[in-house]
Amino acid sequence: MDCYTANWNPLGDSAFYRKYELYSMDWDLKEELRDCLVAAAPYGGPIALLRNPWRKEKTASMRPVLDIYSASGMPLASLLWKSGPVVSLGWSAEEELLCVQEDGAVLVYGLHGDFRRHFSMGNEVLQNRVLDARIFHTEFGSGVAILTGAHRFTLSANVGDLKLRRMPEVPGLQSAPSCWTTLCQDRVAQILLAVGPDLYLLDHAACSAVTPPGLAPGVSSFLQMAVSFTYRHLALFTDTGYIWMGTASLKEKLCEFNCNIRAPPKQMVWCSRPRSKERAVVVAWERRLMVVGDAPESIQYKQLTIQVLLDRLVLRRLYPLAIQICEYLRLPEVQGVSRILAHWACYKVQQKDVSDEDVARAINQKLGDTPGVSYSDIAARAYGCGRTELAIKLLEYEPRSGEQVPLLLKMKRSKLALSKAIESGDTDLVFTVLLHLKNELNRGDFFMTLRNQPMALSLYRQFCKHQELETLKDLYNQDDNHQELGSFHIRASYAAEERIEGRVAALQTAADAFYKAKNEFAAKATEDQMRLLRLQRRLEDELGGQFLDLSLHDTATTLILGGHNKRAEQLARDFRIPDKRLWWLKLTALADLEDWEELEKFSKSKKSPIGYLPFVEICMKQHNKYEAKKYASRVGPEQKVKALLLVGDVAQAADVAIEHRNEAELSLVLSHCTGATDGATADKIQRARAQAQKK
Amino acid sequence: MAFPHRPDAPELPDFSMLKRLARDQLIYLLEQLPGKKDLFIEADLMSPLDRIANVSILKQHEVDKLYKVENKPALSSNEQLCFLVRPRIKNMRYIANLVNADKLAGRTRKYKVIFSPQKFYACEMVLEEEGIYGDVSCDEWAFSLLPLDVDLLSMELPEFFRDYFLEGDQRWINTVAQALHLLSTLYGSFPNCYGIGRCAKMSYELWRKLEEEEDGETKGRRPEIGHIFLLDRDVDFVTALCSQVVYEGLVDDTFRIKCGSVDFGPEVTSSDKSLKVLLNAEDKVFNEIRNEHFSNVFGFLSQKARNLQAQYDRRRGMDIKQMKNFVSQELKGLKQEHRLLSLHIGACESIMKKKTKQDFQELIKTEHALLEGFNIRESTSYIEEHIDRQVSPIESLRLMCLLSITENGLIPKDYRSLKTQYLQSYGPDHLLTFSNLRRAGLLTEQAPGDTLTAVESKVSKLVTDKAAGKITDAFSSLAKRSNFRAISKKLNLIPRVDGEYDLKVPRDMAYVFSGAYVPLSCRIVEQVLERRSWQGLDEVVRLLNCSEFAFTDMTKDDKASSESLRLILVVFLGGCTFSEVSALRFLGREKGYRFIFLTTAVTNSARLMEAMSEVKA
Repeated sequence: MDCYTANWNPLGDSAFYRKYELYSMDWDLKEELRDCLVAAAPYGGPIALLRNPWRKEKTASMRPVLDIYSASGMPLASLLWKSGPVVSLGWSAEEELLCVQEDGAVLVYGLHGDFRRHFSMGNEVLQNRVLDARIFHTEFGSGVAILTGAHRFTLSANVGDLKLRRMPEVPGLQSAPSCWTTLCQDRVAQILLAVGPDLYLLDHAACSAVTPPGLAPGVSSFLQMAVSFTYRHLALFTDTGYIWMGTASLKEKLCEFNCNIRAPPKQMVWCSRPRSKERAVVVAWERRLMVVGDAPESIQYKQLTIQVLLDRLVLRRLYPLAIQICEYLRLPEVQGVSRILAHWACYKVQQKDVSDEDVARAINQKLGDTPGVSYSDIAARAYGCGRTELAIKLLEYEPRSGEQVPLLLKMKRSKLALSKAIESGDTDLVFTVLLHLKNELNRGDFFMTLRNQPMALSLYRQFCKHQELETLKDLYNQDDNHQELGSFHIRASYAAEERIEGRVAALQTAADAFYKAKNEFAAKATEDQMRLLRLQRRLEDELGGQFLDLSLHDTATTLILGGHNKRAEQLARDFRIPDKRLWWLKLTALADLEDWEELEKFSKSKKSPIGYLPFVEICMKQHNKYEAKKYASRVGPEQKVKALLLVGDVAQAADVAIEHRNEAELSLVLSHCTGATDGATADKIQRARAQAQKK
Repeated sequence: MAFPHRPDAPELPDFSMLKRLARDQLIYLLEQLPGKKDLFIEADLMSPLDRIANVSILKQHEVDKLYKVENKPALSSNEQLCFLVRPRIKNMRYIANLVNADKLAGRTRKYKVIFSPQKFYACEMVLEEEGIYGDVSCDEWAFSLLPLDVDLLSMELPEFFRDYFLEGDQRWINTVAQALHLLSTLYGSFPNCYGIGRCAKMSYELWRKLEEEEDGETKGRRPEIGHIFLLDRDVDFVTALCSQVVYEGLVDDTFRIKCGSVDFGPEVTSSDKSLKVLLNAEDKVFNEIRNEHFSNVFGFLSQKARNLQAQYDRRRGMDIKQMKNFVSQELKGLKQEHRLLSLHIGACESIMKKKTKQDFQELIKTEHALLEGFNIRESTSYIEEHIDRQVSPIESLRLMCLLSITENGLIPKDYRSLKTQYLQSYGPDHLLTFSNLRRAGLLTEQAPGDTLTAVESKVSKLVTDKAAGKITDAFSSLAKRSNFRAISKKLNLIPRVDGEYDLKVPRDMAYVFSGAYVPLSCRIVEQVLERRSWQGLDEVVRLLNCSEFAFTDMTKDDKASSESLRLILVVFLGGCTFSEVSALRFLGREKGYRFIFLTTAVTNSARLMEAMSEVKA
């Protein structure tokens, strides 16, 4: 039984520790690690080594070499470093290697040493060079913080969505800080730095001096600082050999310890065991390792989820293993197999030695129409590798035409994008493409494209009608659509123009357009309207009152109501008002005026083209039975009965109906026979009916 | 009266769920802007909103004051402003003006725009152009189906008609597809689908795409509604242009039913107040007369009044206990019925007064002559006189369109002279109206000779194709020849009547037009349902110049119960009239079906004409 505890050594009063080898590294390193830049990815990810980083010789043998190993030391990639001198290495959360060069350029490599992209940390960094750099991780992604030769900090909190932030100046900072680190508080990345006995906190707005609570006196310099992986805790090592441990917010001290070693440590990090509540800081010197613990506090550590595990397998191109795990865990297709296949396809499109046709076919064979696979994503990757033709081929497999559009736009295949958007039936998408096209093409080409796509054209027209009237006009001009141009100017004559001259001018333009459109009717009607407008203006000047914007009919009526009969007649002649209309309007106007004398004169001026029943009706409407009767006698035989009934002469109506031997008229009269007074008339009709039936 | 349904008629699904869904979503959106806020509502959304959430519900979710979106500066002093609008550019400018005014005054407030039923990219772009995109937050209230009644769902999108059928703007089609998708999610997918018209086809295809993308739970559901029939309004303009003579349609034509309720003025209420009345199946009196020909309504109401009196009279001779029972149990119901009865009697009187004034009989006679195709000259002179006398701009326009569609366009001489007369009567700005009507195929000139028929059938083939878009305006309006006369003959739309048509005991759907005409739209639905396909209707489809489709999903059809197979959802794209609703309700009773109606909006002839009119503001 003794063997169990044999290799445990006491640590302090109540703890024990033991040492054993987890596994041995497979690598075969020739250099010492101290001569290399080293970066290990979190969660047991890969390790990157840059040998000879500081050599600047041009000879190939002495050039720096970048090696990437798995966590167990299996070589994954090795390449000769041909770019500029590297200051710092680090892995992003997506397991991309970020290499920060002295000139502020950051080169991004994949797990297999494949170059992905590069970006710059800005001009200021380029000018003053990089003194020091850190790669850090927050919940938003991985960031880069740079300390420049001018002792200024620049950082980007997320290299996936690069936004450079130049931090405020630290007052009086003449040399590099003794130590610094990035923090992340309230979703904002900050920098904590030590200058002599002072600590400063930098955020994007301000630089503020801070003091850790309960810090022992006598500190003249901070030699090391360490922040925990979750940014909750901070440890400070001072030149007095004193260690302060507390929250990263600097609001609370957890514990302190005096180790009595004044030499600056090589490294200081936070560590803990999974699911353990205990945390500790490990401090390392050349030949000494010290573990400083603190009181327990509950913390939940994020674990490596199955999704992340799958991602890692995919990154290592272990597709079959990943698929087997998915199948074993019975993950839904969309989260599992489909996703892995999609990743495989994205890898496949990077194989440059295989022809576009073969790649496309191979991908389609394997993926078919597996649910959850987005061909447009794969195509986007192909495009990213510069294989536009392959991307277009792959997009053909994408069943949702709407999904094809964004990539087609990116590839500048805007016209194809437009037809795909139209196919999708999503008008919003069509509109998006239209705006792209509008910026991309010159106006003429843009209009030509629209011409062949009526759906897009009407969409754009609708937009222009409300937002860009001038463009609408240009559109019609381009198409020689004179009919619509005419309508456009008519609308303008109402909406845009106030002055009568302006309105007439707009109408003239409209009339010209209508002639060009061979729409003689509209042209003539527009010219009439111009004449009418001018006349109405004159009438207002000469007679006063309101004439503008009245219809021709109403203009004539207004004239008669104002007693200007001569003018009305002149108007009727000038504008060819048909006789029937003139009679109707004159009749109505005179009755409105109750000018019975003039009405009678008018009725006798010639034979009425609308008959005399309307005269009866209108008099009755004004409750003038006396006048109505005058006209009833002149009503033609066909409407006689109706007229007589209107003036209330039921008996005579019956006589006429009997004379006409018209059954419909007889029933009409009968329906008007009410009360005792019409009793005799009703009988008379019944008799006439009976007689008619006998015959 | 109010014919009962056959005993085996299926039950209607419960559509009140749609209201709850819309309300919950709205509340969620309001809560996204915590604290007190003022709500700006677009005028067109007020009535629909009122049917979903009344003021007290809004107040519960901290809506302080309500404003109408109009062309006036807002005087709100609230720190948070919420806008509930249709996705229209003019609304965006209104909001932009308000926000920019605040900015000028150095004032910062929170702004939220809720688009209903969805937002359009063009709107966001205008917000961006106006420089306020970053200042407002945008949301969507996907409220696209308002149950106006137990069997009538409205999208309340009257602009659909003009946007699609005049401007060729297809953006609402996606909204239709979304609405269908919602219905199939809630009530199971429809095993049998039929449709006619380009818009119907596009909506159908978009909807299928949505269904395919979102496979899963809905697939296994037992369908509650067995058939869906989609129909474009331009397949049948004629029916929508006719004067309505069934009660509900007539009330709509006379008083305008808005969002399921009507404002009865003092002439109806016989008091000095107007009264807003909800018209639906819950109004027991209305429910019995809504589908009746108007000539029967008055008699029915007076009989009803006598019955009511008799019930009141029972009070005499009651002992105390009976009286107590009567008061507590029956009196309230009787009083309610009394109130409704006097309202509808008032409405009838008012309608009669208006109709006799306008020579309604003459008008109806002319319409029937146009439908049957005789005495065309006489009808034309009638229309001319109608115009000369300035009876009503909308009515005159409607008659001209009816003449044009039934006659395959006006002869050139009439086309010119009627238009000239119209411009003289109602103002020259209507020149634009005529251009609109021509484009929509509502008022056209007869093509000289029949030489075009060959070209036409070729064109119509193209129109039905996916590549349809490639045809210019001129061609498509040419392809819109109505062929009404031939279709009418093929489908027997004008019933042969021996003796008088008994409107009290209707024998076919023609009763909704006094026995003179079976609504074309309803006849098509009837014929296709009978065949469960378009087989044998090829000639009609050719004459209609529209693409048709039919699709049966056998896997779902097998799962559907025989009850659900007699439930039919009819979708009218561009609006349906109450006459069509009444006609299909009648057909349902005859055949043991139940129809459910989904329309972009309830419409009538006046609304159609107004949508086409272009009168300066």
